[in-house]
Amino acid sequence: MTTMTQEETAPAAHRIHLARQTLVFALLLALLVVAFTVSLCVGRFSVPPGRALELIWQGISDPSRELAGIDERIVLLVRAPRVVLAALAGAGLAISGAGLQGVFRNPLVSPDILGISQGAAFGGALAIMLGIWGFPLIAMVFLCGMAAVILVGLLSRINGRSETVTVILSGLVISSMFSAVVSLLQFIADPNTSLPAIVYWLMGSFATATWERTLVAAPGLILGSCFLWMLRFRLNILSLDEAEARSLGANTTRERWLVFCLIAVIVGSQVAVSGIIGWIGIVIPHAARLLVGHDHRALLPAAAVLGAGFMVCIDTLARTATAAEIPLGVITALVGAPIFAALLRHHYRERTGS
Amino acid sequence: MIGLTDAVVRFGARTILDRLSFSVPVGRSLAILGPNGRGKTTTLKAMLGFQRLDEGSRIAPVIVGYVPQTGSSNQRYRAIDVAVMGRAAHLGLFGQPGPSDFEIAQAALERAGAARFADHFFDRLSGGERQLVLLARALATGSEAIVLDEPAAALDLRNQERLLDLLKSLREPRDKAIAFTTHDPNHALAAADDALLMMPDGQSLFGPVAETITPEHLEQLYGVPMRVVDLAGPTGDSHRAVLPAFAGIRAA
Repeated sequence: MTTMTQEETAPAAHRIHLARQTLVFALLLALLVVAFTVSLCVGRFSVPPGRALELIWQGISDPSRELAGIDERIVLLVRAPRVVLAALAGAGLAISGAGLQGVFRNPLVSPDILGISQGAAFGGALAIMLGIWGFPLIAMVFLCGMAAVILVGLLSRINGRSETVTVILSGLVISSMFSAVVSLLQFIADPNTSLPAIVYWLMGSFATATWERTLVAAPGLILGSCFLWMLRFRLNILSLDEAEARSLGANTTRERWLVFCLIAVIVGSQVAVSGIIGWIGIVIPHAARLLVGHDHRALLPAAAVLGAGFMVCIDTLARTATAAEIPLGVITALVGAPIFAALLRHHYRERTGS
Repeated sequence: MIGLTDAVVRFGARTILDRLSFSVPVGRSLAILGPNGRGKTTTLKAMLGFQRLDEGSRIAPVIVGYVPQTGSSNQRYRAIDVAVMGRAAHLGLFGQPGPSDFEIAQAALERAGAARFADHFFDRLSGGERQLVLLARALATGSEAIVLDEPAAALDLRNQERLLDLLKSLREPRDKAIAFTTHDPNHALAAADDALLMMPDGQSLFGPVAETITPEHLEQLYGVPMRVVDLAGPTGDSHRAVLPAFAGIRAA
């Protein structure tokens, strides 16, 4: 008797699980669309939603058209690239955070932990000081981000193995070294020309977004995120104990470094065009985990959609809340830190409770 | 087929495994017995390919179904999602499990007796239930070799009986090479064809259970006097059991 009822309830539970996931994804996508539309409409020059969507449709169907009206120029040349860049950056940071937390088996790590952000910031600051812009700047940002990852790798490799704790501590060491050098660069930078540029860039902003800059960052953000998404089942394996993951056929060390490199590509591309934006990589994956569970096959897309929507909202807030733009880093920290504090307490209370 | 040939493992000056040889062909089941710290875990790791051998060689399929004592549970996955991870080696780096992989995982859960909690979260299961899911994952790999690390260590008597029945039913189709470590020689009697006794003096004894699980060998193995007793089973049939002579209380 009991086995019969169990056999009947198992598919039902499976159906409920599927329905729930579908509903969550539909809601997240709807939120993203709403955030997109609102962000295109609001600002010093407000555009009605219907007109904004119409303009976007015209922009997509006939990209080479002359932009005559002021609302056309604002929506298509100022706001649209900014919203797209913010969404891509938010999605990339969130998916990076989710991947990193899986690989480290630690829900409290983020891309900053590996020193990627600080290394990339160093590359960018150095480039600005040397008067380098455009693609060479991106290249330097990315190379320095990768250099930070490699340094962390070398530092944490003891007796041929990298333990999670040594990786996290090495990340901290490399990260603070790079931020010290960034401070030094700021100290010696020309206060009239390069210093303001470095400071503003480090605070993180999408204010300078244009279609050119968006196109510069997009390949890294999209390719990196897509490759991570393709690795979603492998991330489930890598999130297990070392011995279990290896017994299932994973080459854990090599695959872990593949993930780190993909994350360096994503974070490097993002930092290159919009400076350091903290907290997204840790807060969004947590929220996504609460919504869809820990399975990376659902977690990565959920984190990407949620991260994109969240980033667009934060950016809209940053440019509309006051007359001047508030640096993004300030808002993400103000919003992210309390959420993180709550998650931290919840996480450890649950762990000690069980 | 899984086994070691003339395997030597040294930790610094200590030799843990000294020219250890044994093999488990498909269709047979091996119990590895030995006192604490004698190298059972090292042997297991060597079979799985996680322990580098200083000398000798390892015979094993590419993927060995491994059943750890406790699976990692800091991530919340459903039991079916844990079981389907056994398919990873077949899917490659970018592969995703498809419907056929989930069918295999579901069948493995059924074979391990874990189908009733397929949709439950792994980290919410009891220790015994988790072990069944991990066994299902090992079966889902499709490997001809299954290695279990102290499968009975954390189980009460009722669950030990269930586990032994399960090990016997796994052995029944004679399509797997099974190896497990245990502290109880009775588990070897119940569910193994061969036994590997890792003696305290560094030697080891490998052979069929009937020849290796004897009071003399076990006295040598554990350093306590051992007795063999015949017990009446629940259905009236006779069971052989080994007990340390300190078991029970002194009869009048």
